[in-house]
Amino acid sequence: MVSQTVTPDDYGQFETAWCPGCGNHSLLKCMKQALSGLGLAPHQVLMVTGIGQAAKAPLYMNCNMITGLHGRGLPTATGAKLANPDLTVITECGDGCNYGEGGNHFLAAIRRNVDMTLIVHDNGIYGLTKGQASPTTAKGHVTKAQPFGQPSEAFNPMAVAVAMNAGFVARGFSGEPEHLVDLIQQAVRHKGFSLVDVFQPCVSFNKVNTFAWYKQRCRKITPEHDPADREKAMALALEFGESIPIGVLYKSGRAAFGADLPPLKRGPLALRKPDMAALQGVLRSYL
Amino acid sequence: MPDSSIVILVGGEAGQGLVTVGQLMAKALIRAGYEVVVSQDYQSRIRGGHNTFAIRTGLDPVYASCEKVDILVALDAETVALHRQQLTPGGIVLADEAVDLSESGAGLNLLRIPSKKLAPKAAHENVLALGVLASALCKDIGLLETLLRETFAKKGQEVIDQNLAVLRAAYDWMSTQKHGFACMPPAPSIPGERLMLNGNEAIALGALAAGCNFCSFYPMTPGSSVALTLAAKAKAMGTVVEQAEDEIAAANMAVGAVCAGGRAMVPTSGGGFALMVEAVSLAGMLETPLVFVVAMRPGPATGLPTRTEQGDLNLVLYAGHGEFPRAVFAPGSVEECFYLTHRAFEMADTYQSPVFLLTDQYLADSFQNVEPFALSELPELPAPLLEPADPKTFKRFALTEDGISPRAIPGFSTALVVSDSDEHTEDGKLTEDLDVRVQMVAKRLNKGLGLVEDAIPPSCYGEDGADVLLVCWGSTLGAALEARERLEESGRSAAVLHFSQVWPLSEDQFLPQLASAKRAVCVEGNATGQLARLIRQETGFLFKDLVLRFDGLPITAAFILRGLENIL
Repeated sequence: MVSQTVTPDDYGQFETAWCPGCGNHSLLKCMKQALSGLGLAPHQVLMVTGIGQAAKAPLYMNCNMITGLHGRGLPTATGAKLANPDLTVITECGDGCNYGEGGNHFLAAIRRNVDMTLIVHDNGIYGLTKGQASPTTAKGHVTKAQPFGQPSEAFNPMAVAVAMNAGFVARGFSGEPEHLVDLIQQAVRHKGFSLVDVFQPCVSFNKVNTFAWYKQRCRKITPEHDPADREKAMALALEFGESIPIGVLYKSGRAAFGADLPPLKRGPLALRKPDMAALQGVLRSYL
Repeated sequence: MPDSSIVILVGGEAGQGLVTVGQLMAKALIRAGYEVVVSQDYQSRIRGGHNTFAIRTGLDPVYASCEKVDILVALDAETVALHRQQLTPGGIVLADEAVDLSESGAGLNLLRIPSKKLAPKAAHENVLALGVLASALCKDIGLLETLLRETFAKKGQEVIDQNLAVLRAAYDWMSTQKHGFACMPPAPSIPGERLMLNGNEAIALGALAAGCNFCSFYPMTPGSSVALTLAAKAKAMGTVVEQAEDEIAAANMAVGAVCAGGRAMVPTSGGGFALMVEAVSLAGMLETPLVFVVAMRPGPATGLPTRTEQGDLNLVLYAGHGEFPRAVFAPGSVEECFYLTHRAFEMADTYQSPVFLLTDQYLADSFQNVEPFALSELPELPAPLLEPADPKTFKRFALTEDGISPRAIPGFSTALVVSDSDEHTEDGKLTEDLDVRVQMVAKRLNKGLGLVEDAIPPSCYGEDGADVLLVCWGSTLGAALEARERLEESGRSAAVLHFSQVWPLSEDQFLPQLASAKRAVCVEGNATGQLARLIRQETGFLFKDLVLRFDGLPITAAFILRGLENIL
């Protein structure tokens, strides 16, 4: 099925509704590069999103797509992947969608470890609804909705993922496109649930975490780091200040969901016919 | 015909195994050729409390549960205290010698079972009760012996032999007792094979017959056992059954599975369904064929978690923001649970819309005898579209006359399948073009016209122009049919109009009958008459008389007759 001649152009060029300078532009380009670089043609990919500015990304790409409900990208993607294990399933959404509204699904997705990828556009603010605090907004950050400063502690997705022994935990930055393309490709290739949290500045509503702010702090994790080392991974995950590590923090080596589930071994659901002979046998057990 | 049924009520604390006794006895009766309707009443606890398993049985059709008791099997003293007033004249009480009945047992036709003598191990008490019951009813012990062999097959010959010995000892002991209980008349001939199923099992089997291959759920009584039945048969049938982190995930997961080629069902109860409502709207927008099962229990909020009610018709009718078509089925029997589930999938697939099965705790848990299903006569459902004719120009939401668009599955051709929860163009992408918006609303609602055409007419039992027309929906059918018989016996002509599909309504199918009825009484398991209001809203017909039950117990013929006394 894998075509060797896929190019980023196959994923098309579309006019977007994003602000000039938004980190989403770079992320979209990286996504097309990453997928075409993996030899995946648009029809082999299913992008599933929630709602938000980030969740619009697949609209600007040729691919199969389900735009679902705010916060519900992951369960929708889970259902799709279980229905057709041959599809490359990627969920793309923002920090509010994924860590706020969909927080329980995020935890469940890590536990379940279905072979799919989650790309989180993490800009520390709600963009679509114009500037309220998101789960990753720093404590004290003043917004129109939090005039006395965000009163709650920020969510640390990397630390939570490492604590839960997630299969693949990485962080990228839209200002480091080559590095990000590599992370996305590693994540998609990874067998199991993979998380890539991507810093990307919101130029309209987040005046704190600007492009320069991220650029100054992001530091690539060096090749000496062993992603299988959970303690070191946790140390990296907790590093969030003057320096923030980007790259692959952790890989747990857990087996992907379903390897031991008989119903999933029968292939895509769309190819199955009602098995009336088997059903007759089942009915007999109620005589 | 007069009521010739008998009722065996097994009562005790949760954890005493009364369901095991009840199920084996019910199955033996069905195999022997008797009609059976079981009603289960239980409390929201795993141990203790007071639970009952009531088997109503006889040679004539048994429609519903009822309030009388002929044989009371008391596993504890409370059972006798709570149910002694339901005993019919000549009814008997069977209780272990160890149960202290010094306060509640006076004046009863009471048989004390010497279980210590008859059963070497306490674990055999359930089998003991079976042997005693079989003898009391003058039933052949052979059927029970076969059942026990099947039940304990996996535990080895020794366990089988021990249980058979206890069964025989109990049977023989009972045969020497003078209890005066009249034998059940023997079944006239060797019956054909019949199934014993409860409503939830029949729904699961109906789903499998329709090719359902995906079920996501979050446990909630009394809906859970639909999913548990699918899970139990998943190895044989290949069904993907996933317990989600919450109901919100369960519903969205199913939407994703269907979009990717699955055929999915989501079982729950009212409170869980409340959490799924946003995804119902999503299924409306993405035109996702998806079947929801809502097994009702009394609300609001946690309500009476293990009791029954028909209080969520309004919830299911209006669940989901925005306007989109849907169908709602309400089976009246276990058999209908099977066929209407198949129909629900057929309608969901045909009209690419969410479809609902509305049942309740009584029906979900009620075991009944069911004739083998005519699988070969079931209509075939449309197969998923894997390769659209021209993949390059494929449009998932193409405008068509009937509103039904080709529904391709992503990944099987080069067609790109795009589905957006925003208002979208024919190719599925977000739009704010307001002309397109108007076209898309019309397209979606057009599918509803087809659903109206395909609506199942309400079933009518009895003559037009009867003195009383009992109108009901869902699980209330049996009680209404029995009430009709009682009324006819007392010299009043009566008819029943039962809605097994409560939405959409096609007024031509029933309004003339309602309008010409001398007295139309709507019988519902809720406090506000939700079907009556719906019918008034849709047709203008006003029910002057309602019989409503909302104490958590199933509607019985006796309840309806008591209600009619105040009306007629």
